[in-house]
Amino acid sequence: MAKVQDTSISRLAKDGLFTNNTLFIQVLGACPALATTTSAVNGLGMGLSTASILVFSNLLISLLRNFIPKQIRIAAYIVVIAGFVSILEIFLKAYIPALDKSLGLFIPLITTNCIILARAESFASKNGPLRSVLDGVFAGAGFALALFLLASVREITGSGTFMGLRIFGDEFTLKVMISPAGAFITLGILTAVFKTLTGRFAGKNTEIKETRQEEKKDIKEKEGAEN
Amino acid sequence: MNDNGNPGIAETNKTEIAERTEAERITISSDTLLTVSSSPHIKGGETTSTIMAAVIISLVPSLVWAVYIFGLRALTLTLVSVVSCVFFEFAYQKIAKKRVTVGDLSAVVTGMLIAFNLPVSSPLWGPIIGSAFAIIIVKQLFGGIGKNIVNPAIAARVFMFLSFNFMSVFYDSGSYKFPAFKINLNIESLDIVAGATPLSIEFLKQGKLPDIDFFNMFLGWQKNGCIGEISVLLLVAGGIFLIWRKIISWHIPVSFIGAVALLTLLFPKGSDGLVFMTAELFSGGLFLGAIFMATDYATSPLTKNGKLIFGAGCGLITVFIRYFGAYPEGVSFAIMIMNLFVWYLDRLTRPVKFGGSAKNVGK
Repeated sequence: MAKVQDTSISRLAKDGLFTNNTLFIQVLGACPALATTTSAVNGLGMGLSTASILVFSNLLISLLRNFIPKQIRIAAYIVVIAGFVSILEIFLKAYIPALDKSLGLFIPLITTNCIILARAESFASKNGPLRSVLDGVFAGAGFALALFLLASVREITGSGTFMGLRIFGDEFTLKVMISPAGAFITLGILTAVFKTLTGRFAGKNTEIKETRQEEKKDIKEKEGAEN
Repeated sequence: MNDNGNPGIAETNKTEIAERTEAERITISSDTLLTVSSSPHIKGGETTSTIMAAVIISLVPSLVWAVYIFGLRALTLTLVSVVSCVFFEFAYQKIAKKRVTVGDLSAVVTGMLIAFNLPVSSPLWGPIIGSAFAIIIVKQLFGGIGKNIVNPAIAARVFMFLSFNFMSVFYDSGSYKFPAFKINLNIESLDIVAGATPLSIEFLKQGKLPDIDFFNMFLGWQKNGCIGEISVLLLVAGGIFLIWRKIISWHIPVSFIGAVALLTLLFPKGSDGLVFMTAELFSGGLFLGAIFMATDYATSPLTKNGKLIFGAGCGLITVFIRYFGAYPEGVSFAIMIMNLFVWYLDRLTRPVKFGGSAKNVGK
């Protein structure tokens, strides 16, 4: 397991956007992804907000990584993240009040978003500031992309509009798609499509195969233990 | 079996066998041995397609009655639904490079049930969207026939019910016959009025009885409701046919309808429990759901006790939604919720093998 992390830019980009996409592959941050993606604007707004927090928190945590004691690191990360989230909230209230209103509680809840904590714990606390910022940019972009896709599909099918522009008549809309049930259905289908496509692009991508084999092994071991 | 362990040659002399060479013994054995194979040894004539054909036959009387009451539009909606179900199953299996199983007729049954859950005033594209959802998302993405966790037709009904306004608007057709080939019905121009179903907020929800003769409702003269649910008599006849053919067992329909009957009789919303119970029983899709959709093999328990609990649970949730929910009808939600418990019910009611102890069950 203890592999040396490959931190080249191309690798970071590929990981953040596709092979380790936070929402579709790691299934992190599913709560805001399901709750705020009722329209493409909301989805994009939420994605970009999370991404900006990710970049700044990665930067600061990476700079502080040698000063934070190991025992209280999670608490320290949360303080850093919460600070940036407060700044973002005040910023949104001042300059984009409409977005702030429609996202509501989910802006302060970015503090508890597991993507940010996961990147801080698994990347920023072990790498230099430049790499950490790049990791934040790409992981955040991957999340924003995923949210935008999810929100676009839901808005087009559920309200018949895209970014507020009407595409087809109100009578043909599938209202269930903008309800929570539709969020789960869309996320499931998009995850399947995304996994298939990234698997195909990556060709003989070994990592996906490896994780799958590990999963299978785990399941077999569990079954063996049960028997 | 003799001492050599070779069955079938007990009559041959032991000493003789001992003198024979190994090769000779093998040839003798293979001549006299029976074919060994695992069970099943006796196969019945029933296949998936004969079972599905019987279900289709049992649904036809209700369809004929709907055409008689509503006009040919009931038939066109059913045909559109069946054709699109079969098409989506065929197309998905072709695209996903799976074995095409359209011949097992299960898609036809799903199509008929989706149409039976539509009001006759539904536009003709309605069942196409419902079929796509039922076949592709609910059935095929979970692995095809026998592997879906909820009934495709029920899921499609819930999907459409939550999506489209036309699903919850019904019309008192009177003697009006709905046109067969108009894609969208322009309701204002038609000679009918929107009427509340007996289950709606105006009537049974607040304990008021609608002005309907319940015996006529049972026979199927109510002219208000989804295509497949108007004649309780014909649905029961179809159900009895299926029980007689041993395609379904009586447990789920009886416990489902029984639970609704018991609860509405004991806790009526009006003053007269018996009348209220009859009204609740014959309104909405209770019989259609209990007989044809809750009994789907893949989404109902295997054991008798499991089936009884399943049916009673469906009845309980139905009454709860009808009494306290925001929606007028709860049958489809109830079946869908109970479908998710089938796995647990099967484990819970697993029969104890002879000599085993009940403690070890489920481990």
